[in-house]
Amino acid sequence: MINKIVILVLALIASCHGLYFHIGETERKCFIEEIPDETTVIVNYKVELYDPRSGGFMPSSPGIGMHVEVKDPDDKMVLSRVYSAEGRISFTSHTPGEHVICMYSNSTAWFSGSQLRVHLDIQVGEHAIDYANVAQKEKLTELQLRIRQLLDQVEQITKEQNYQRYREERFRQTSESTNKRVLWWSLAQTGVLLIMGLWQMKHLKSFFEAKKLV
Amino acid sequence: MDLINSVELTFELPDNDKQCYYQDIEKNKTAILEYQVITGGQYDVDVELLSPTKEILYKQIKSQFDSHQFTAAQTGVYAACFSNEFSTFSHKLIYMDFSLSDENPLPGVDEHATVLTQMESTAQEIHKSLNAILDFQTHHRLREAQGRKRAEDLNERVLYFSIIETSLILIIAITTVIVLRSFFSEKKPSQMHSNIRYGRM
Repeated sequence: MINKIVILVLALIASCHGLYFHIGETERKCFIEEIPDETTVIVNYKVELYDPRSGGFMPSSPGIGMHVEVKDPDDKMVLSRVYSAEGRISFTSHTPGEHVICMYSNSTAWFSGSQLRVHLDIQVGEHAIDYANVAQKEKLTELQLRIRQLLDQVEQITKEQNYQRYREERFRQTSESTNKRVLWWSLAQTGVLLIMGLWQMKHLKSFFEAKKLV
Repeated sequence: MDLINSVELTFELPDNDKQCYYQDIEKNKTAILEYQVITGGQYDVDVELLSPTKEILYKQIKSQFDSHQFTAAQTGVYAACFSNEFSTFSHKLIYMDFSLSDENPLPGVDEHATVLTQMESTAQEIHKSLNAILDFQTHHRLREAQGRKRAEDLNERVLYFSIIETSLILIIAITTVIVLRSFFSEKKPSQMHSNIRYGRM
C-alpha cells in the first residue's frame, strides 16, 4: 500500500474559511475522523496570532508554524510535519477506522503564551472533490457533472456501508469476548475460592496438630 | 474564493472545560447546529449558541444530542459553545456539525435561473436524496460508535476487575492463615512452659 500524500501550501489568498476557534500557543488540539478506507480527507487551516497592540488578530503572521500530525486507527503516524501559518493537507486512509488529526503550533514558549485563532475546514470523501476542477479537466457538461457527483456520492455510501459491516463485526467480537471473559473468570474465581478454602482448612489442621491443640 | 459551508468536527472536551466554535454568518441565512455526545460520563453536555451581540439564541443543559436550525438575524460571528464544567473527571467526545444550509452549488449547474430539463431536475432530486442518505449514515455511525465504545470499555473493565478480585481472594486467604498462625505462635513458649509445669504431655 502506498501512502499518497499530496501537500499543497496555499499562498496568502483571500480564501474564506468558515469555522474558527481559539487555542493557546502551547495547546494541542485534536480532531477525530471515523472514515472507511480509501477515503480522501482534505484539511484547510489558517492560523492568526493575537495582536496585543490592536486587541485583535493579525491577519498574516509570518513565523508561526503549525505542526500537524495524522494518526491512523493502529496509532501509526501517517503524516507529521510542520506547515506555515496557512496550509492545506490531504491524505487518503488505507485502514478503516478512527483517524486522529492533531495540530499545535511550533512556538517555543514554555507556558501558554498568547491566543491563536485557527480557521479550520475538514472535508471528507465526496465533499473533498473539487467539481469545478473536474469539470474543467474532463470537459463535462452540466448534466454530466451532476451525474458524476451522484456517482461519487453513491460510491461514498457504498464504502460507508461496507465499513458499517466491519464495525458491527468488531462490536459482535467485543461482546462475545466480554461474554467469554465473564464466564471463565467467574469459574476461575469460584475455583480459586474453593481451593483456598480447602488449603486453609488443611494447613490450619496440620498446624494445630503440630501444636498439639487438636 | 472557496466558500466552505459545512464543517463537521469530532473533538474531545476535557472535564471542566468549555470550548467555542465561531462561524461567520450573513443575515437571513439559515444555519444548522447539530451535536451528539459519543463517549464520556452520562453522555451529556451543556450547549449554548450565541449571536454576534452575545445574546443566547439556544441553550441546552446536559443534553445528549440535538439539532437546531436558526436564521441569522444579523450578519456577524455566531458562537457555538460546549461546556463540560459540571463534570469532574469524565472527558467527553463530541461530534458537532455547524453548517450553513445552502449547499455549495455545483459549478455551472445551479447558477442559471432557466428552467431545468426533466433529466436535470431528476438528477437534482436524486442528489437531495443521496444527501439525506449520507446524513442518516452519519447518525447511524455515531450511534454505533457510542454502543461499540461502551462495549469495549465494559470488556476491559471485566478483565481488570476479575484480575483484581482473584488476587484479592488469594491475598486475603493467605493473610488470614498468617494472622491465625501469629496468634498461636506468640503464646507458644508460655504454653509449653505451663504444660511442662503442670505435667501435661
